[in-house]
Amino acid sequence: MPELDLGSTPSQTIGPFLHMVLPWADGPDVVPDGAPGAIRVVGRLTDGAGDPVPDGLIETWQADPDGRFAHPDDPRGPAQPGFRGFGRCPTDAAGEFWFRTVKPGRLPAEDGRTEAPHLDVSVFARGLLNRLVTRLYFPDEPDANAADPLLATLDEDDRRLLVARQEADGTLRFDIRLQGESETPFFLL
Amino acid sequence: MTTALPPGYRIDPEGTHPAYDFAGYRSTALRHPSRPLRLLPQRLTELTGPLFGEDRLQPGDDDLTRANGGEAVGQRIVVHGRVLDGDGRPVPNTLVEVWQANAGGRYRHVVDQWPSPLDPHFDGTGRTVTDGDGHYAFTTIRPGAYPWGNHHNAWRPAHIHFSLFGQAFTQRLITQMYFPDDPLFFQDPIFTSVPDEKARARMVSSYDHEVTSDHWALGFRFDVVLRGREQTPFESGPHDA
Repeated sequence: MPELDLGSTPSQTIGPFLHMVLPWADGPDVVPDGAPGAIRVVGRLTDGAGDPVPDGLIETWQADPDGRFAHPDDPRGPAQPGFRGFGRCPTDAAGEFWFRTVKPGRLPAEDGRTEAPHLDVSVFARGLLNRLVTRLYFPDEPDANAADPLLATLDEDDRRLLVARQEADGTLRFDIRLQGESETPFFLL
Repeated sequence: MTTALPPGYRIDPEGTHPAYDFAGYRSTALRHPSRPLRLLPQRLTELTGPLFGEDRLQPGDDDLTRANGGEAVGQRIVVHGRVLDGDGRPVPNTLVEVWQANAGGRYRHVVDQWPSPLDPHFDGTGRTVTDGDGHYAFTTIRPGAYPWGNHHNAWRPAHIHFSLFGQAFTQRLITQMYFPDDPLFFQDPIFTSVPDEKARARMVSSYDHEVTSDHWALGFRFDVVLRGREQTPFESGPHDA
């Protein structure tokens, strides 16, 4: 244990007025328009009645296509110059959100294992006192997903719920259901 | 391939944060997960995170009292403090985003329509960045309490919303800063959703006469503590270090 433990400041809900400052004009642009390999990720945030959540905020964090992070604690060296890795999008009246990003690379994990490409996803909303954390995996990575150490801890239904669905135009759809049927698996971090 | 991961972040003791399902706050009813959370071991994605600083700021972002060519109505205050981790280490150069109601308790937002006037010179949004020692400050007006529909005669205690990134995805925090001795705490389910009273107290700022400025503004201090790190790097299991 540390010598000094101050105790964390508690979480509180983002409330209904998050739009005043948190949405950024470039928030959904994890990568700029026209970036090589750019993909569009969309989704819908719904509640336990299946109704859209129009006052939510979705954030994403990810590695670059080589699996590097724009962060000094990545022991393997820096990400591609200018790579932000972060996305933020408020939900609209239909509960929809979107990001423009690229598929991240695979990541080294403990014991020589490898994590499949993924985005970490945070969900904030009025009525959520604490953020929810989930992960988005990619449908064109069946082998990597099968070897992923986190997916390996889940049953098949939950694994399926964490893999985005590819739509006809190449868009990836990742719906987030806070409660009830096909409830998104959320994680204690 | 073996890559040593940096140390992880401690899970907070039970009672530090609200439960997702809190009956007193009605909007949690359909928005809380019904299944238990699964454990997410902290690996590279969780041990890193976005590092935003000065690049997200515009001039004047740390002064909420001037907007649209005039000065906001209300008690001028300076809110300052440090962003620290649980071990008391400062979190330097990190973006702090804030939003709040005006002095009459009204937000500049389309869904806030209660009969209290908007202030043409107050937008209620600010941004700042901590310095190398984790210190931040901004100038604003003291927000008013406001009513909401959660229960009969429900009033939110005056508060300022804070959004912080810290240095890792794991440290991300959105919280609210309250003012000392607010008589509305007892009936507010958002404040009282935090089970541990000591943890609750960490959301309450303190009056700071050292920062109060003669003939200008009252000072309030609000330190924000983000999760501290484990002492040793993870080798195998994520939470058995």
